[in-house]
Amino acid sequence: MSAFGGHYSYFVTVLLMVAGLYVTIARGNLVKKLIGLSIFQTSVYLLYIAPGKLIGATAPIVAKGYESYSNPLPHVLILTAIVVGVATIALGLAIVVRIREAYGTIEEDRILEQDRMPDEPAK
Amino acid sequence: MIAEHLPALQVVLPLVAAPLIVPLRRDTAAWLVATLVSVAAFGIAVALAIAVADAGAISYALGSWPPPWGIEYRVDALSAFMLVLVAGTGALVMPYARASIAAEVSGHQVYLFYAMYCLCLAGLLGIVITGDLFNIFVFMEISSLSTYVLIALGRQRRALLAAFQYLIVGTIGATFYVIGIGLLYLVTGSLNIVDVATRLQDVTEVRPLLAALAFITVGLGLKLALFPLHQWLPNAYAHAPSVVTTFLAATATKVSVYVLIRFYFLVFGHAFALDGLPLRSLLVGLSAVAIVAMSLVALFQPDLKRMLAYSSVAQIGYITLGLGLANAAGLTGSLAHLVNHGVTKGALFLLAGGIAFCCGSTSIADLRGLSRRMPWTAFAFVVAGLSLIGVPGTAGFTSKWFLVEGALENGQPWIVALIVASSLLAVAYVWRVVEAMYLALPDAPAPAQASTAASMLMRASTAVSVALTVVLGFVTAYNVGYARRAVALLLEGIS
Repeated sequence: MSAFGGHYSYFVTVLLMVAGLYVTIARGNLVKKLIGLSIFQTSVYLLYIAPGKLIGATAPIVAKGYESYSNPLPHVLILTAIVVGVATIALGLAIVVRIREAYGTIEEDRILEQDRMPDEPAK
Repeated sequence: MIAEHLPALQVVLPLVAAPLIVPLRRDTAAWLVATLVSVAAFGIAVALAIAVADAGAISYALGSWPPPWGIEYRVDALSAFMLVLVAGTGALVMPYARASIAAEVSGHQVYLFYAMYCLCLAGLLGIVITGDLFNIFVFMEISSLSTYVLIALGRQRRALLAAFQYLIVGTIGATFYVIGIGLLYLVTGSLNIVDVATRLQDVTEVRPLLAALAFITVGLGLKLALFPLHQWLPNAYAHAPSVVTTFLAATATKVSVYVLIRFYFLVFGHAFALDGLPLRSLLVGLSAVAIVAMSLVALFQPDLKRMLAYSSVAQIGYITLGLGLANAAGLTGSLAHLVNHGVTKGALFLLAGGIAFCCGSTSIADLRGLSRRMPWTAFAFVVAGLSLIGVPGTAGFTSKWFLVEGALENGQPWIVALIVASSLLAVAYVWRVVEAMYLALPDAPAPAQASTAASMLMRASTAVSVALTVVLGFVTAYNVGYARRAVALLLEGIS
């Protein structure tokens, strides 16, 4: 019980991590790739946040009667990481919009197909 | 008074310039700001490098919060060495950018290019100067996100796909890095590099450390295009605007190598990371494959920029090779090659950009008879090509010399054979271009009339960079002398 229960959050983290990475690599749809990437990044938030929480502890505000506090630093770090993640996904989606304008599709294999045909004879 | 705040100004200057450029909207004003900032950043980097050489490492507490609680900016021999390289490349490339960017980027995006460039410069300088592990991640993402935009600015639609692929791979790399430092943070409870290194010495549970080391190595391996994690690089370099390619080739991958070196020697420590694990054989093995296989692939590329991109992967192999050798000579070779290859490849990409500017194509087939139309460009290409090959008397030679010395010192003469083989392959792929430029007859003389002459600034910065490939072969105070200081710091390890 304790081996699983104590590491419960890690199992969730690793599951999300692997699932996100798999979707990013295995899917040909550019938006789905970004969704996978977002899941992958989110798993890292969990990796940081979960160990900072002490069961039964409060937020780190000094007040009478409270002895144990959760570590606030991981939260701050992850706030930064969330901002970075949002910026990445926003930029990724913006590029997908441009790709869609240029190629008319967001399926990777069709894009590569289109690029191959007109330029090949130019060699 | 200002002197003591130089470490902060080094990053803050380009960081603040980026959003200021956006409301300017005028191309000339944007270019002027970006150029002034680049030159100022170079000045600051040189001043810091001299100060470090005189008085030892500088520690700067941001907002006066003392480390390890606050974020520390730390300038030691190694980071000063890299600051000069990154800021120097920026200062060299910016005068060139004016005409080249005007020709290669759509008109309404030109001022945004300069804003993104400043952001990228701030990110790269930040990675180098900061002494905080999480701060490295933040700067890494600042530089990477702006890099994706810079690549997507390329005129061809393929640039978009290249930028997207790089975004996916780059983000996976950065996330792996965060996972690694997350594990380190869980073990040590600190993020300051010096503090983490000290605390790690008392850690007995090695399993999380091994996981952290693995994540950081793979994450940074993706960022620095360590073979076989280099797939994103050729597309990104080939389709980005020439200025961007030059700047990235000389700085972005090099900065990731720097972070990796810092982790191996100054965080985990030589004994744990390199001596206790098969990591050295892994690095040497992958580097050996990279320098031979990627040179072979370069030989068969029909496009000049793509050929140079594959050659870059091979040259990164040399740098990681020295890291894997992990002795004084090998590391000196590695660090010297960071600079020498940065300068050499920078010069070659500037020349390729000049050819693209004047002829509108970088396909090797279109270079036929170029020596008649652009004799100076062709000649400069030969000079920089010699440095890429590593002919004595050029910058490329000095670093290869140290790598050979390092390999022999480790009793691995087969590496010497590989270095020679790869240099011969470099002769072959440089020769293909030289042959096309000098010996082949042009197919049709028509485009010569339509071509536009490069601006004076473009010529000047190309000339300076080509001259540097030769000068650095003789004047080695910076690329070898300063590298030796940095290596002394690395081998001394964690004190």
